[in-house]
Amino acid sequence: MSTHSLQVEDLTVSYRRIPALHHVGFTVGCGNCVAVLGPNGAGKSTLLKALSGLLESETGKVRFHGREMRGANKEFAYLPQREMVDWDFPTTVRGVVEMGRYLRVRWWRRFSKEDRAAVDAALEAVQLSPLQDRQISALSGGQQQRVFLARALAQEAHVLLLDEPFTGLDQPSQEALRAVFRQLRDQGKLLLISHHDLQSVPELFDRVLLLNGELIAEGTVAEAFTKGNLERTYGTRVFSGLDHGLAV
Amino acid sequence: MDWLFEPFEHVFMQRALAACVLIGFLNGFIGGFVMLRRMALMADSLSHSLLPGLAVGVLLFGLAPAGLFFGALSAALLVALGAQLLARGSRVKEDSALAILYTVAFSAGVILLSFVKVRVSLLHYLFGNILGVSNQDLWVAYGVAALVLPLLVAAERPLQLLLFEPSVARSQGIPTGLLSVGLVVALVLTMVSSLQAVGVVLLLGLLIAPAATVYLLCDSYTALLWGGGALGVVGSVIGLWLSYWLGLPSGASIVLVLGAMFCVAYLFSPRYGLVPKLWRSRHFHQESLARWKPEGQSEG
Repeated sequence: MSTHSLQVEDLTVSYRRIPALHHVGFTVGCGNCVAVLGPNGAGKSTLLKALSGLLESETGKVRFHGREMRGANKEFAYLPQREMVDWDFPTTVRGVVEMGRYLRVRWWRRFSKEDRAAVDAALEAVQLSPLQDRQISALSGGQQQRVFLARALAQEAHVLLLDEPFTGLDQPSQEALRAVFRQLRDQGKLLLISHHDLQSVPELFDRVLLLNGELIAEGTVAEAFTKGNLERTYGTRVFSGLDHGLAV
Repeated sequence: MDWLFEPFEHVFMQRALAACVLIGFLNGFIGGFVMLRRMALMADSLSHSLLPGLAVGVLLFGLAPAGLFFGALSAALLVALGAQLLARGSRVKEDSALAILYTVAFSAGVILLSFVKVRVSLLHYLFGNILGVSNQDLWVAYGVAALVLPLLVAAERPLQLLLFEPSVARSQGIPTGLLSVGLVVALVLTMVSSLQAVGVVLLLGLLIAPAATVYLLCDSYTALLWGGGALGVVGSVIGLWLSYWLGLPSGASIVLVLGAMFCVAYLFSPRYGLVPKLWRSRHFHQESLARWKPEGQSEG
């Protein structure tokens, strides 16, 4: 197994002693765009939050590039759901992206040339350079997602954990976001993205991870995004128009 | 220009001016954090809970500033931490816990003050008197500013992460618990040092109004903090000056000036003000109307 991968072993996460994720284990290589799928309450957000260190896990190990990850680290970046952000905060697009550098620069130190270059590059990568001085509420939904992506890039994170980034986006914004995801994937980043619209899975993602409290299946879209697996994941509540999108 | 400088020929006015600059800046600066952390109501409760501390201080040590300082400080910290404990240990949420604790503490303060033998008026602590600021009071304010400001400035970035996204900040290894406790302690210290000047009730205006005003004017976190400080100084000095010429109570006059500044920003801030917003939407309407009009048709 290549060491350029994320390995999760026996991960269990509980809320107040009630497990939300049971003994989840999988390995995915870098340079992939992975959809995390499952019904409400299946533990999609829980998985992302546990990986990013927002939630404590009860058991299990997370290894990245063969190194065990514990607690806070710069390799993983969690991108919050849009409703969780205070968009009226007095900051600009550039201000948010600069926050990605805060962990790399000592609290009281000024930003170096290198830091500024990293922020510029991150803004460039998500095509937000022209809007960098805008206050963050004066952006469209897709642009707001890209601001946080740029922050993760400025942080030089390798694993990006995104919670429902496509929710509420119109078609063009979705396209623009997908283009950025592809580009990042091609640069060797690993993107784990919780998602709920099954129809768009084949066009948006390379791999899927099906969750329902436990891991149902993990693999490429062709391997794992099958009718049988989906029925096991969603019980009987499978979306009826699904067959169009299936790669079986 | 005599009318401008004459008030400050008096020694008590010079002291009051120094107090205005110090306390105005400190409150305006820290007010930005308080507003973004949505602690304004908590700050209000804390300011009221200073009263029993003052009363105990007076009972034990008379009117010595050190006794008052530590009395007020410990009362506010007790209420702040007590509310957190209450909220953690039961279903009651922190705001309700605070509401109970601070009203109980305030009542205890009112009753305790009625037992005090030294002649102090309750009104003095409620509304303060910046003209009665002593040298010791000024030293306390200097000390607090010298302690609190450098720490807040040094921790500006992690505090920004904490204010913007507490959970993400925690996941990135920022000591969020320590920072939030530090912020509350800094807030209480600031309040205690401002007590003599503006009193328990008016404190909150001096704390929040400058930050809220700057918040309506700009989109920068750093500008919010420093601008809040600057506006706090300007507002306090103007308030003091007006109170001299018009014979008004100083604390109330300072808060009124700050309130007036807030109103102006609320109405006329180029970006977020009410009037420019209304003007823009009218403008936009005309623009879109013009776009929809068939070509060649003149403005009607």
